[in-house]
Amino acid sequence: MAARFSVTFLLACVALCNLQVYHVSGDLDQAKREPESFTEPNEVPVDEKLEKPSNEPPIVTDSKPIEEAQDDRQWQATEEEAMAKPEPGDDTAPPPPFKDEFKEELVIRPLQSGDVYASFQFSTLWDTDFVQGKRVSHYHLFPKSLGQVISKFSIRELHISFTQGFWRTMQWGQPFLPSPPGAELWVWFQDTVTDVDGAWKELTNVLSGIFCASLNFIDSTNTVQPTASFKPLGLGNVTDSRFLRYAMLPREIVCTENLTPWKKLLPCGSKAGLAVLLKSEKLFHSSFHSEAVHIRPVCQDAECKEPSWELRQTLNVVFDVYTSGQGKKEWSLFKMFSRTLTEACPLSSSSKVYVDVTDNPEGELFDLLPVSPLLDQAVVLGDRRTYVVYDLTNRDTFGSTRSLNLLVRWKADGGEMMRPLLHSERYVAGFGLQTGEIHTLIYNYHPYRAYPVLLMETVPWYLRLYIHTLTVTSKSKENKPSYIHYQPSKDRLRPHLLEMLVQLPPNSVTEVTVQFERALLKWTEYTPDPNHGFYVGSSVISALVPSMVAMDTNNTQERPLFSSFFPCKEESSYFARVYTEPLLVNLPTPDFSMPYNVICLTCTVVAVGYGSFYNLLTRTFQVEEPSPGLAKRLANVIRRWRGVPEL
Amino acid sequence: MDLEKQRGRHAALAIAAVVVIVGIPLWWRTTETYRAWLPMSQIRELDSLRLCLTVEVEVVFAQGTLTSDQQKKLPLNQVREQEHNVDTETDLKYRYETKYRTATIMEEDALNQPSAAEADTSLHILSESACGSVVVYVLPESSTLLPEGVRVYVGLKRTALVKFELRAGEGLNEVLSAIDAEVEPVVQTMSFGHQDIIAALSNRIRLAKVSKESLVDSMRAFKSSPGYEITFSLLNPSPQSHKVQWDIEGAVQQYIQPLLDKMAAVSNFSVDSQILYYAVLGVNPRFDKTALAYTLSADSLAHVINPVEARLGSNAASSNPVLNFLLYVPDPQHSPLFIRDHRGQGVSSNAFHSPRWGGIMVYNVNDMYDKDTSFPVDLNIDMSKVMGVFLAQLRLLLGVQQVHPPKGFELQGPGSAGVADWELDRLLWSRSVENVATASATITSLSQLLDEIGNIVINDNIAQEVLSTVTSIQAAIAELEAGNLAFALQYSREAILASECAFFDPSLLHLLYFPDDQKFAIYIPLFLPMCVPILLSLLKIVSEVRQKRAEKRAKKE
Repeated sequence: MAARFSVTFLLACVALCNLQVYHVSGDLDQAKREPESFTEPNEVPVDEKLEKPSNEPPIVTDSKPIEEAQDDRQWQATEEEAMAKPEPGDDTAPPPPFKDEFKEELVIRPLQSGDVYASFQFSTLWDTDFVQGKRVSHYHLFPKSLGQVISKFSIRELHISFTQGFWRTMQWGQPFLPSPPGAELWVWFQDTVTDVDGAWKELTNVLSGIFCASLNFIDSTNTVQPTASFKPLGLGNVTDSRFLRYAMLPREIVCTENLTPWKKLLPCGSKAGLAVLLKSEKLFHSSFHSEAVHIRPVCQDAECKEPSWELRQTLNVVFDVYTSGQGKKEWSLFKMFSRTLTEACPLSSSSKVYVDVTDNPEGELFDLLPVSPLLDQAVVLGDRRTYVVYDLTNRDTFGSTRSLNLLVRWKADGGEMMRPLLHSERYVAGFGLQTGEIHTLIYNYHPYRAYPVLLMETVPWYLRLYIHTLTVTSKSKENKPSYIHYQPSKDRLRPHLLEMLVQLPPNSVTEVTVQFERALLKWTEYTPDPNHGFYVGSSVISALVPSMVAMDTNNTQERPLFSSFFPCKEESSYFARVYTEPLLVNLPTPDFSMPYNVICLTCTVVAVGYGSFYNLLTRTFQVEEPSPGLAKRLANVIRRWRGVPEL
Repeated sequence: MDLEKQRGRHAALAIAAVVVIVGIPLWWRTTETYRAWLPMSQIRELDSLRLCLTVEVEVVFAQGTLTSDQQKKLPLNQVREQEHNVDTETDLKYRYETKYRTATIMEEDALNQPSAAEADTSLHILSESACGSVVVYVLPESSTLLPEGVRVYVGLKRTALVKFELRAGEGLNEVLSAIDAEVEPVVQTMSFGHQDIIAALSNRIRLAKVSKESLVDSMRAFKSSPGYEITFSLLNPSPQSHKVQWDIEGAVQQYIQPLLDKMAAVSNFSVDSQILYYAVLGVNPRFDKTALAYTLSADSLAHVINPVEARLGSNAASSNPVLNFLLYVPDPQHSPLFIRDHRGQGVSSNAFHSPRWGGIMVYNVNDMYDKDTSFPVDLNIDMSKVMGVFLAQLRLLLGVQQVHPPKGFELQGPGSAGVADWELDRLLWSRSVENVATASATITSLSQLLDEIGNIVINDNIAQEVLSTVTSIQAAIAELEAGNLAFALQYSREAILASECAFFDPSLLHLLYFPDDQKFAIYIPLFLPMCVPILLSLLKIVSEVRQKRAEKRAKKE
């Protein structure tokens, strides 16, 4: 899209220089006419009066040179008297009620490291079906732009995330919704789609327009079809990975231009409700920032006959209040977001703020103000947590000041964070620019339970994996994966995809290593800053981690949004996904001014060789009399002067 | 010694010959950009546009308009032509192929209906006329079908009823010429007038020739496009006090869809709607104490929708132009809100439209609840009121032109269909002409561009598109001349699609800016040292030859 526009624009610029352009002069208001009186009431409408052209800059909708530039937007009154009145309809019947619902939620978890983790969740549920039946074209709370994308590309599920910074699992625990650094996009298409690759290509371009991101860099060289790691999270149990596309852009920089379109998708925008806190100058002044959009079909009710579509927008942010607050761990909503809450979004059916107080049952660690009588317990990520709840739809929450500013005063240091059961690291080893080795370490901190994990690695084609060097070791013994899916790369076409199911012994480290060779790129394939290195996306570890407490498997029950994203099938374990660090690998990089130097040098060499060859061929050689010596010449000069014959 | 010199000279000449015969063509061939063949001569012909528009007119005489003598000489055919030389590049010719006949018995029956509208429908049932043609029924002066003071009635379809006074003692030819004078304004109303065609050609002719009204019409309407997206947006700036509901789905079905069904021949349409909350206008309305209402002056309207427009969103799934229709429900603090035109008077519909963008209507709801109601209030929008305005705006923006009929004309309103057949014909005429003009202008400017910048690669697919544009334009012109309006529109649409496709092809950009100085920076280290000795030895040979000749001449003398 952007490419096409720039093409258009450039062509137009060029053409404008060469072509004669007819311009509409601004004296249109002379075209005012006296309104004519029509003889019949049923006349064809409208009698227009032109406005004076305003000084507004032109809104050029079409930059083709041959069209007149519409240099002013004129507003014209639409007169009603002469309007063709359609027969009035049945006005007694009220329009059907909207079948959609909006919920918003903010979870704040004070972390032991002094950071504060805030997670926003906005969910729009719409009882409609984009798939069957006629076109969906009338939107209420669900954003029109995304709805059109779903229907046009026949999407079953769409998950997109933009993340700045790296989630530090060992310091911060598990996030509610994990995401890798950079951009991640995975989409399940309906099984009616015939040209999945074409749809995927077009979809990434459309999404990059919607979210103002460089998703258009997704092409076949970074797209994979994982067979096991990414299952649909919503309704429908498809396993045919032909309809799944997964891509990651670890280099993507996330900033305000991505946040603004994300906020625009909310029904209340950033005008009311929890979204007033989303001010970019504070959100991006943080250690970790991640925004995501998830679209999936879910059950409408417990019977689950009809689907409804869920749009889940999440935003996770970790504030480093310790360093930004001059060494104090105190935090408040105002300090973190430079805003306080004054109202719920009037369109939301539920609007709540949760503060995690599990570590502070008696108030010995910190004081939370204002005090709320509401407490809630939720089982999330295999742990039972206690939350203080502030219901924004209740006016009493805001108190006499009519604004809610949560405040935490720490009384004591301490408290132990529960160590996450699953953790992983990744790095590149080796030296030189020819070969290297990727090490992936997966930690199982569970004291006595072994459990299997799915590891997925996508490596770009320019790192040529030697798959025979793949080793998996746990506790210095070989650990044979029970399932391996490996798809070798094709140069400039597709990346490596390695998926395997590994059993992690209790309290152990499992190391996966594989060697690779660095390929030489063509000189146009290098990025603008090739010496920075090339990114390799995070590997993904998906696991059913044994739970400390019984998980809640009743998915239809009303639960807080943050604990209901991943469907839970059994009581004894919960689903967790961990992303490793992305890798930065140096490739052999040439000197890019070299082509010109080489051309000049070879040309000169050729020219010199040619010159001597030419001379040899064309010159005639003859013996020349040796010229007389200096003394003789001098003598001759003197003799000439004297008039004596020369020597 | 001389032999040696001779050999050297031959070697130099041979090297120069190799460079000229092998080297230069080789260099030329390897650095050449690929340029597919374009039908340049045909494109140049398109530069001067000679259009001939043919309208088939059928004049049917009802009983009592002709004497039996005259009736016997019918049916007759007659062709009338009008030529307009618009400018040096553009010629227009209008051909009216008129067929005269008497009414059949069935038609006579239909004409005996009590009202003109009923006669119109029953005539339509009898025979369906082709797209672009006009049927005129000539009624005697004594006919009561038309009300007093109305001489011409134009129906919903392609028929018109004309009153005509028979004067005794006139021959058929005089009657026919008198009839022609009556029929001409009718045909111009129902098919096209000269000004409409000129306005459709506004791309290529100077504006002074276009009348202001038709120019305004053509500037307001969207440019011809294969598809349009129509978006209705309900703007509710204060959801905390107003809970507004609208039955947009039913309203679209009832009011908009009939029009779009009729217009399906012109373009494809898709209709969407959305509700936007907290969408505020860009200008704060002023409170008018005399009217106890807030007012927006027309001068500030240009700034009103700019902040809203950012939230309207374009259609992500297509690149067709979007027609926006906004229904703005003012918040209670700024109610009621009225729009004032530039004379300071209120606009009864409280609606405005912007050329080639869409329309906005302010819908005041403060009458629907008492002052002391507790917020939020549930509100229902009366869609018939809203859709009446939007339908009128939609007609204007789609280019259904406003007709300014001469006195004594009665035009049947478009009714529930939204647009009459002959109005559609008018649109088709001007759209076909406009498409032909636009496509030919696009293709000529493209060929100029390609001519001027020699570095642009012309791929085969572009040549293909250009060729199909040219053939489609020629076919459209031929169909216009033959009077097949529907086919002409079809071909002109194909032409415009293909021409845009060629013009905006990204491959045209590939070598556009390969600068000459870089090229020479690379060539010079090789070319300069190679060419200098060749040139020098050639010069030397030439001067030697001259010297020899001079010596010979001197010897002879």
